[in-house]
Amino acid sequence: MPKGQTPSQTVGPFFAYGLTPRQYGYPFASIAGAEVAAPDADGEHVRIEGRVLDGAGEPVPDAMIEIWQADASGRYAHPADPRGSNASFRGFGRVGTGTDAQCRYWFTTVKPGAVDGAQAPHINVIVFMRGLLSHVYTRIYFEDEAEANARDPVLATVPAERRDTLLARRIALPGGTTYRFDIHMQGPMETVFFDV
Amino acid sequence: MPYTARDWDSHPPLVSPDYKSTVARGPTRPLVPLPQGLSELTGPVFGHDSIGPLDHDLTRNGVRNGEPLGERIVVTGRVLDDRGRPIPSTLVEIWQCNSAGRYNHAADQHDAPLDPNFLGGGRCITDDAGQYRFYTIKPAAYPWGNHHNAWRPAHIHLSLFGNSMASRLVTQFYFPGDPLLPLDPIFNSVPAGARERLIADFSIDVTEPGFALGYVFDIVLRGPDATPMEA
Ligand SMILES: [Fe+2]
Repeated sequence: MPKGQTPSQTVGPFFAYGLTPRQYGYPFASIAGAEVAAPDADGEHVRIEGRVLDGAGEPVPDAMIEIWQADASGRYAHPADPRGSNASFRGFGRVGTGTDAQCRYWFTTVKPGAVDGAQAPHINVIVFMRGLLSHVYTRIYFEDEAEANARDPVLATVPAERRDTLLARRIALPGGTTYRFDIHMQGPMETVFFDV
Repeated sequence: MPYTARDWDSHPPLVSPDYKSTVARGPTRPLVPLPQGLSELTGPVFGHDSIGPLDHDLTRNGVRNGEPLGERIVVTGRVLDDRGRPIPSTLVEIWQCNSAGRYNHAADQHDAPLDPNFLGGGRCITDDAGQYRFYTIKPAAYPWGNHHNAWRPAHIHLSLFGNSMASRLVTQFYFPGDPLLPLDPIFNSVPAGARERLIADFSIDVTEPGFALGYVFDIVLRGPDATPMEA
């Protein structure tokens, strides 16, 4: 038998030249970045952006956010999803909060479709940062999907007064649609984090 | 098929006050249990096309005008799930400081020299037996601001995916016999009985004669909770 799960440790403050080198300008290729769906992918093209805030309400400049999502028809680009996904769609993105003056992360993607017919459209999020010893999982749901959200079995397990922390706000800008999703590590608006 | 649960007797708590920056950054409310579905049991797939020819060799992938300084090492091991099954074709990413204890990162202010021939980042994909292998330079200890006279033991950072979002892991491994280990709040944040898993083994068999010392570090990720049915 193996020794048991390898313990997690913090990503630390200096991950950028290894994990997000292109974004930060280091001379090394990146395996992923802010583009989750190519411009010709099917679906409604949107930008997702937000900040990570600590317990004092200060924006965190050394967090790394990863997202994983289904395409516009609710399919994952992974062998466990037998339906497959379309070619212009990666589904995965990785961005650090250290290159934007306001400490924002951002992704360009398409709005996901409903997964497995039961769950409302959502994006899976993993949060890493200095000062976080084990990564945490959360989900982005969309405020303009009220009907689907009301039927979503995962949201139903979240205390009603905390569900708002999982809703991205839709902002229509001249260049297109942006969804805003801030992640509060602590405090009265602490984001719901999941034990996956 | 669902994955095994995150074993919280193996992982650090989200707030560990001796590591000071966890106090304002670790979530304080209980995690909400999430039944695993397609969203958790899928994840990004990285093929060999995402890896450059020198990505696994940190002694060469940052070279500008000579060889990096320091002690060359080989780091190898297997990536397994918690039933002991190898995880082939999975991405392993590493990053580390140089042999003087300095990260090639704009925010690292430690007064130790950068090495113009050492980047400190690498990646590879495990083979059919779940094995990974890197060549690099042994990293050094470096000071940090957590408390008076605080020094991190030498370590290499790792990032792994396994086959799903549920198996995601970011960690650090350490070197045997380091006198800083018992003093390090990050190493000590791991529950006793599990933290020793983060120390690599020295191996004379992996050591390459006349070239580099060998270290073995096996990694265990969460995996499917039951034996798969015979195909
Ligand atoms: Fe480090």
